[in-house]
Amino acid sequence: MNWIWFHKLGSPKWFFQWANKWSKFAFVIGLVMLVVGIAWGLGFAPADYQQGNSFRIIYIHVPSAILAQSCYLGLGVAGLVSLVWRMKMAPVFIKAVAPLGAVMAVIALISGAIWGKPTWGAWWVWDARLTSVLILFLLYMGVIAIQNSLDDMQLADKAVAVISVVGLINLPIIKYSVEWWNTLHQPATFTITAKPAMPMEMWLPLLLSTLGMYGFIAAIAMWRMQTEVLVREHRSNWVKKEILDNGI
Amino acid sequence: MAFESINEFISMGTHGPYVWSVYGISLILLLGSYFASVKAKKNQIKRLKQRYLREQKS
Repeated sequence: MNWIWFHKLGSPKWFFQWANKWSKFAFVIGLVMLVVGIAWGLGFAPADYQQGNSFRIIYIHVPSAILAQSCYLGLGVAGLVSLVWRMKMAPVFIKAVAPLGAVMAVIALISGAIWGKPTWGAWWVWDARLTSVLILFLLYMGVIAIQNSLDDMQLADKAVAVISVVGLINLPIIKYSVEWWNTLHQPATFTITAKPAMPMEMWLPLLLSTLGMYGFIAAIAMWRMQTEVLVREHRSNWVKKEILDNGI
Repeated sequence: MAFESINEFISMGTHGPYVWSVYGISLILLLGSYFASVKAKKNQIKRLKQRYLREQKS
């Protein structure tokens, strides 16, 4: 297998130029899919036979919940890479993505609470799924707080890498919380093994809005990582050249 | 369309306030993340440009 891409990813310069090209692509495709998916889900998917129209909250709730977990998986992997291989881009990823993951967790929690009221009769219950996602949000806040409170950048990078890796334990707990415990929360919407439990005209817009959210967040993550690269590498000649000659 | 009229679409049965508040809050948070991130990148580029130009002069 060709590992060159892996080494290239460790190079801030290579990443910066790669992101220049791909971030706009991810943004446009993501935004179109997100808008189409949500418009389809809001206006055209049939109402749920039990929940009525409140189920339309799913088209923002599930994408944001999936992204909150995917971002954290990324943080954990980057934390490991940062600690083991000391790749330059790994701590950049953690710093840039943690706030986005936190926003996704907030959207998942708020949309879930607002959905819970007409469906369960309560904004919040201390159920295993809700509690584990709240912990996910608190992990993000911990990463952000530590990153910002330590002046020594290398120390901060190491500290957030450790928390990111340790916090990975929460991800299987979130995933299996609806199976291990008796929860109010309904089981998983996306499964690889089983057929979707909802009709296609409900499921397809959800797939679109989820993929769209991935593209949208990926693009913003790339811009944030570029910003962080510019902060950390401002003494490099290539940054100077990029800014003065290419006028980025 | 899953709805007979625009009024029905807005009222979402009786769930309008729930559905629309979710999408409103999400829109604000997503737009906020987008603009904050784009602005941070632009500001950093501007800051570095001024710095490099200053260095060149001196």
